[in-house]
Amino acid sequence: MPPLGVVDYGMGNLRSVLNAFEEIGHEAELVTEAEAVAGYDRIVIPGVGAFSQAMANLSRSALDEALDRHVAAGKPLLGICLGMQLICRESDEDGTHQGFGWIDAQVRHFPPAEGLKVPHMGWNAIEIARENPLLREVNSGADVYFVHSYYVDCASAEDAVCTTEHGVRFASVIAKENVFGMQFHPEKSQNIGMQLLRNFATLH
Amino acid sequence: MVKKRLVAVLILRDGQVVQSIKFKHTNVIHADPVHAMEAFNKWSVDEIVLLNVSREEESRAAFAEAVERVSKHCFVPLAVGGWITEVDYARELLTKGADKLVLNTAFADHPAFVEAASKRFGKQCIVASIDVKRDDAGVAHVAVDRGRRLLEETPAAWAQQVRALGAGEIFFNSVDHDGARKGYDLESVKAIVEAVDLPVIAFGGVFTWSHLLAGIKAGAEAVAAANIFHYTEQATRKAKTFLANAGVPVRSEGQSLAPVRAAG
Repeated sequence: MPPLGVVDYGMGNLRSVLNAFEEIGHEAELVTEAEAVAGYDRIVIPGVGAFSQAMANLSRSALDEALDRHVAAGKPLLGICLGMQLICRESDEDGTHQGFGWIDAQVRHFPPAEGLKVPHMGWNAIEIARENPLLREVNSGADVYFVHSYYVDCASAEDAVCTTEHGVRFASVIAKENVFGMQFHPEKSQNIGMQLLRNFATLH
Repeated sequence: MVKKRLVAVLILRDGQVVQSIKFKHTNVIHADPVHAMEAFNKWSVDEIVLLNVSREEESRAAFAEAVERVSKHCFVPLAVGGWITEVDYARELLTKGADKLVLNTAFADHPAFVEAASKRFGKQCIVASIDVKRDDAGVAHVAVDRGRRLLEETPAAWAQQVRALGAGEIFFNSVDHDGARKGYDLESVKAIVEAVDLPVIAFGGVFTWSHLLAGIKAGAEAVAAANIFHYTEQATRKAKTFLANAGVPVRSEGQSLAPVRAAG
């Protein structure tokens, strides 16, 4: 298996993601330069932090264009947490900001509701809405670990392959052709998370 | 619905996992925290808190190394604390695999650092550790500096203060209940839960699984224990199954198949 590329663009700690791939026996390397992206068959965009800062960092290093080419070439890409939100068309976080738009979706703040804690933090269930090879050997209702204040609202229900309830029912796993996103942290979701990462690493 | 979490606490002194009784640390449980981590992985604990209770500030580097080694085996959230008073050291711990920073005395002595860390790493990264100690009259005071110095604020007022400084979560402990096997200081847990809308992790004093249940009923989002989890085989599985049987929503992974009775 060739190594996976994990994009390092200054948005949070990537050690956990590398540890998780090591645990499941798939080599993963940090990718910091645009020229390096083409050398990988599979790319992961992790990250925590602000949406606009993330897009600005990717743009400054021209990683955004390299990632666009990776996706256009039909190669698999997985966005985790903030990385999943970047895949979407637009985010409402601190104004309106454009994402990659590989999947037609809007990133919105959780609406205020009595007794509802934001950020949505902790273990919550993913309900499988559509079959997808990314979900091989994962049961509907499995609990995974979330930390986020903004959620993904897909324009087409087709793209929301798993949903989760937290005041609203939102897309917790999105997929469209070769582009995938997970709102939770698979690297912190123990066995279920390892299975999801293994599935991504071995997609045909 | 977000599940109630079961948290295992590893208390490190000079790199070894120690037992904590009223904030005194004498018995070594594990020479190497990685061994404890491996057991908790098998038992599907929901979160790990790793605390450096070494007396010397010079323990920082060795603790960062322990964080790095433990995080390699930790595939659930990892919160770490002890001697964190500056951004550079906070960043080092996060780079080495920590997900959250547990801050205690820093809220009293280095509030500007806490605010800066919260802005930089996000509120979700900042866990305020609040230790409570009761005086002879039974009045609860907030204690900092490993239980040695009392603050003027009530636990409820201090909870509001740490929230204002940028905490995203509260890790509650009681000097009197720590290792005392009589359950959490529920009255103080309740006072804090009612004072702020932050998730509260209850800690200190668990000896039976029903103590965990009492913590949840007092309003805690997560219940933590240390000693009992180390000394009981399959501990966190048994604890989680007990909570599930009592109707508490817990993560499905890690519940054992057979119902278990309350320990103790």
